Amino acid sequence: MMEDRTLDARGLKCPMPIVKAKKELDAMTAGQVLKVIATDPGSILDFQGWMKTSATCELLSQEEGKDDQGRAIYVHHLRRKS
Amino acid sequence: MSDTTGAGIDPAIRKYIDDRLAEAARDAPDHRVTLVVFSGDLDRQLASLVIATGAAAMGMEVSIFYTFWGLTALKKKSVLTGKTLKEKMFVAMTPASLEKMPLSKLNFGGMGRTMLMTMMKEKEIASVEELFAMAREMGVKQIACTMSMDVMGLTKEELIDGVSLGGVATFLGDAARSKVSLFI
Repeated sequence: MMEDRTLDARGLKCPMPIVKAKKELDAMTAGQVLKVIATDPGSILDFQGWMKTSATCELLSQEEGKDDQGRAIYVHHLRRKS
Repeated sequence: MSDTTGAGIDPAIRKYIDDRLAEAARDAPDHRVTLVVFSGDLDRQLASLVIATGAAAMGMEVSIFYTFWGLTALKKKSVLTGKTLKEKMFVAMTPASLEKMPLSKLNFGGMGRTMLMTMMKEKEIASVEELFAMAREMGVKQIACTMSMDVMGLTKEELIDGVSLGGVATFLGDAARSKVSLFI
């Protein structure tokens, strides 16, 4: 999936991945996609909860994986709708 | 063919629908969170700030009402001049600022607090001070309860800038339009 911006939120704890993602999305325009890479396992439900209540953004995908250091990562793709 | 413009609807029915819609819109809560922070415990303050910054990030309007022991979070400095003896004693017996607040449990004269702070730092969790600054930066509205200020002899000069003053109706006015209200 092609993203317009990437936020490296690895190592950040609640509520920082959400706070930083919001800052990125604010600086983006409608239709653009933000990729967030997080290590917080709570980020899966956090981004779902946020996008459920958001009128301006949507969750495109969420994937789990490992980064080059072997850490479990959670990759989220968010799109700004308006 | 169905009429999607509503042009063919009886004016009386149309008015009824419009009125009900206006009523529903008026009664619907805003995308808003209202917190009452009563506690002067550092751990509870931390919880309130995580919720506040999280909600602000989710695009919600956030108001925090600081009352009683919670007011300490808004203190810039302690002033003794012009206070009664009891008020001075109160100043001496309450923490000087957010940084000085004790934990609700396992504080052990501040040792537990220092330990928790160190553990949070090691785990790269944002500190209470950072979250507080972030909440303000994100536009979280902070309201100091004037009645509590009065009881404790706190003046506006002792509080940090950008804090509004209000009472129970200010809280209820916001809470009534909120989807989430919490007392911490």
